Amino acid sequence: MTQKQKKQIAAITAFSIAFGICPAANAMHIMEGYLPVTYCVAWGVLCLPFLVTGFMKLKKTLGENRRALTLLAMSGAFIFVISSLKIPSVTGSCSHMTGTGLGAILFGPCSVSILGIIVLIFQAILLAHGGLTSLGANTFSMAIAGPFVSYGVYALCKKCNLNRMLTVFLAASIGDLVTYCVTSVQLALAYPSEAGGVLVSVVKFLGVFAPTQLPLAVVEGLLTTAIVICLESFAKPELKSIGYRKEV
Amino acid sequence: MEKNQKKLFAVLIIAAILIAALPFLALKGAEFGGSDDAGSVMVEKIHGEYEPWFSPVLESVIGGEIPGEIESLLFCVQTGIGVGIIAFFMGRLYERKKLGKDNEEL
Repeated sequence: MTQKQKKQIAAITAFSIAFGICPAANAMHIMEGYLPVTYCVAWGVLCLPFLVTGFMKLKKTLGENRRALTLLAMSGAFIFVISSLKIPSVTGSCSHMTGTGLGAILFGPCSVSILGIIVLIFQAILLAHGGLTSLGANTFSMAIAGPFVSYGVYALCKKCNLNRMLTVFLAASIGDLVTYCVTSVQLALAYPSEAGGVLVSVVKFLGVFAPTQLPLAVVEGLLTTAIVICLESFAKPELKSIGYRKEV
Repeated sequence: MEKNQKKLFAVLIIAAILIAALPFLALKGAEFGGSDDAGSVMVEKIHGEYEPWFSPVLESVIGGEIPGEIESLLFCVQTGIGVGIIAFFMGRLYERKKLGKDNEEL
């Protein structure tokens, strides 16, 4: 290992630890035991087709192309890092980002669902964050709905020939925001307001999650763009091999 | 990495840090609890008293809440795993380019 590399690693490690000590508290994800059983099962079942598709797609990609493994590992690691950083927001509470945008852009939304569920299981078991009973619902919002929207935004902007970096930024941040909107809807479906029903409830939950998440969505967009810049300059052959934009 | 890419990279990181740090510095005395807790408060507001019907696995094993310090340790472990993988591959990719072996497989 060169001196320079060692320094880089030390700097990154210090940076991540400094961020890791943000006051520990639960943020995002539906809490363990807070979703009625029927909803837990329903969301879980809804996730299955996506997970199975994702698993088969990943297997195919990796079987055909060993180079993809590097990028896949990095996308997964990116989710690990990003979703462990709890960041203070303007509303005076902490929340964290999802990090699934990168994987969605590189590998497509289905493949990311596998990466996402690994992180969610890790957090549910070890961190009492999110939960095993609400795993289905959380997987749906963070590892399926978010990435699908990211991918959609990415494809749309690509078609409109928008600046490449701006495209990545928009895809990641909108995907992050949508994750929380879906969480709000999931909670609202389970807890419709007595006066006004589900819609009023959606607004109430959005009022809790959305303002906190807005600045964080921007941060997620910025960080995703930053790592895409790194990958574009150092991992061109790998990006090409998975069919990421040809002009790079 | 080209020069303007480097600049953009630096701007992105600095902007991200500022967005994260400013609320913390500006809102003195704010609690910075999780938005999850705010979520459960909202559930109770809408639904009335609510008793979660299942408690986290680790919490039922140790029979109580995970101490704050341990929780931050576990979160750091998560960050560490991620950063380790990214830094390892980034280092290899960087070095590969530096040696001019761009097209070799890792």
